[in-house]
Amino acid sequence: LNTTLLLVQMLNGLQFGILLFLVAAGLTLVFGVMDFINLAHGVQYMIGAYLGATLAALTGSFWLGLLLALPTTLAFGLLLEFLVFRHFYDRDHLSQVLATFGVILVLNQGVKAVFGAAPMQMPVPEWLTGGVVIMEGLLYPTYRLAILAAGLATAALLWFLVERTKVGMLVRAGASNAPMLSALGVDVRRLFMVVFGFGAMLAGFAGVMAAPILSVEPGMGDNLLILAFVVIVIGGIGSIRGAFLAALIVGLVETLGRSVVPDLMRLFLDPSAARQTGAALASMLIYIVMAAILAFRPSGLFPTAR
Amino acid sequence: MIRRDTAIALAIFAALALAPFIGFGQSHSLTLLARAMIFAMAAISLMLLVGGAGLVSLGHAAMIGIGAYAVVVLDHARITEAWMVVPAGIGAAALFALATGAIAIRTSGVHFIMITLAFGQMAFFTTSSLALYGGDDGYTLYNRTEFFGSRLLEDRLAFHFTCLGLLAACWFLVQALLGSRFGRVLRASRENETRARAVGFEPYPYRLAAYVIAGAIGGLSGVLLANAAEFVAPAYLAWQRSADLLFMVILGGLAGPHGALMGALAFVLIEEWLAKLTEHWRLIFGPLLILCVFFLRGGIAGMLKRG
Repeated sequence: LNTTLLLVQMLNGLQFGILLFLVAAGLTLVFGVMDFINLAHGVQYMIGAYLGATLAALTGSFWLGLLLALPTTLAFGLLLEFLVFRHFYDRDHLSQVLATFGVILVLNQGVKAVFGAAPMQMPVPEWLTGGVVIMEGLLYPTYRLAILAAGLATAALLWFLVERTKVGMLVRAGASNAPMLSALGVDVRRLFMVVFGFGAMLAGFAGVMAAPILSVEPGMGDNLLILAFVVIVIGGIGSIRGAFLAALIVGLVETLGRSVVPDLMRLFLDPSAARQTGAALASMLIYIVMAAILAFRPSGLFPTAR
Repeated sequence: MIRRDTAIALAIFAALALAPFIGFGQSHSLTLLARAMIFAMAAISLMLLVGGAGLVSLGHAAMIGIGAYAVVVLDHARITEAWMVVPAGIGAAALFALATGAIAIRTSGVHFIMITLAFGQMAFFTTSSLALYGGDDGYTLYNRTEFFGSRLLEDRLAFHFTCLGLLAACWFLVQALLGSRFGRVLRASRENETRARAVGFEPYPYRLAAYVIAGAIGGLSGVLLANAAEFVAPAYLAWQRSADLLFMVILGGLAGPHGALMGALAFVLIEEWLAKLTEHWRLIFGPLLILCVFFLRGGIAGMLKRG
């Protein structure tokens, strides 16, 4: 394992972490403000990818596809909120888990029925094809760098919205004490719709950006959802700052683990056994990290007061 | 006077015992019934956690999967003897439950849901990286577990009654546990942890014990599932399976283990019926699930109580 490869893996890890953050941010806000656990959030990511790929194919332009996919995922998120989620706000978490699981079943199957089970392709936009020479002998795809930049910009925008605007102030107030906020005359339900729609759009945005580099297929949101849960558990539920840090940790550990651990194992074991145990260990690594963090801080790195 | 919930459970066991002789004796029905009984065992064990201890685990499928993979590992080593396989399956799942539960139970509420989900995924990805046992593709078992060298379980009826016997035993165990002092401590800490502590009960060891017992029963059901399907794949541990199990428990109702029993049987039969109807049966099943959760607050058991 040389430094070049390590650098590439680190960039991949950061980029994956950024995508995770975009999904986890909506999840943690929705949970923080409304105490609502939404398993169907990963589906929003899948819907974003499908809409982006379809709209890009229809319009013939990546950018038009992206631009149109954002309001569509927003509208789709609000529709789901109206049809299903709002009826479960005052129910227990178990009911919320099951109801949103039902939504996942329907949408995964629906996507399969409409688009077929085969993965869809979305082309990389023209001027982002090719690569950038980062250092001697290291050519990194421009599109992946663009994801990194767009994700960081979105994170900064999100920080600004939550910390520096009036709506953001209400969101923070809602996260620390929603009944009090409601008593002060704020329409909490409407605030939640805003948060929910925005979260859905962020996940959809992540989906569109991931579409050209990952395969767009039914159920693609499910695995990401679990990692997003790991992120918000590590970061502290309801904390954007925690979600950001934890998303980068998870992205790096997940990506680096897969390439480094099998190599490390080779120091102790023969090659085939090293590949076996290395792969098994690498897939467990992120959960071991999570368990270790929770063993010391049961409510995550940045627990919100509640 | 037998209590109503006991009567319901006994009636179901009687119906399952009679089923092979009143028109459900073909291999297809028996396979379906075996599947239903195996999931009922797993659902009953999950009911001990959800209904008894208030611990909503979204990783219970891992226990089934670990039990099933214990069968695979031993089969690969040419060991198919029940007195080795069954304790290994139960023990492996219990051990996993002990290790993960020790961390998960330190948290509560949503954290607990997410952490059990994460540990379930950990087990899932670990099994899919085991190239020796087929990886993602799974592992085909050519022999069912043997009893002292006899291939008793190859016989469909014998397998049916083995499942039924173990299911009844699990039901009885969970029913007895919930009625015991242990069960009362669990419920007390679920209702009001502060008060339970104030009267001198530290909930942690009780919850952990419940988690391990539920894991052990899950492992046993996994051993049976591997034998029923004669095939084991990482899909057994998928988190969707855990959510299915939770739905079985809620569909049946949290009133007692008889609820989970009814929920699991209903779930497997509805699933089978819908899958026959259309390839896209989940499009119907999903909304059905949402409506059941929304309207059936007490589950099937609650309905029977009122009716």
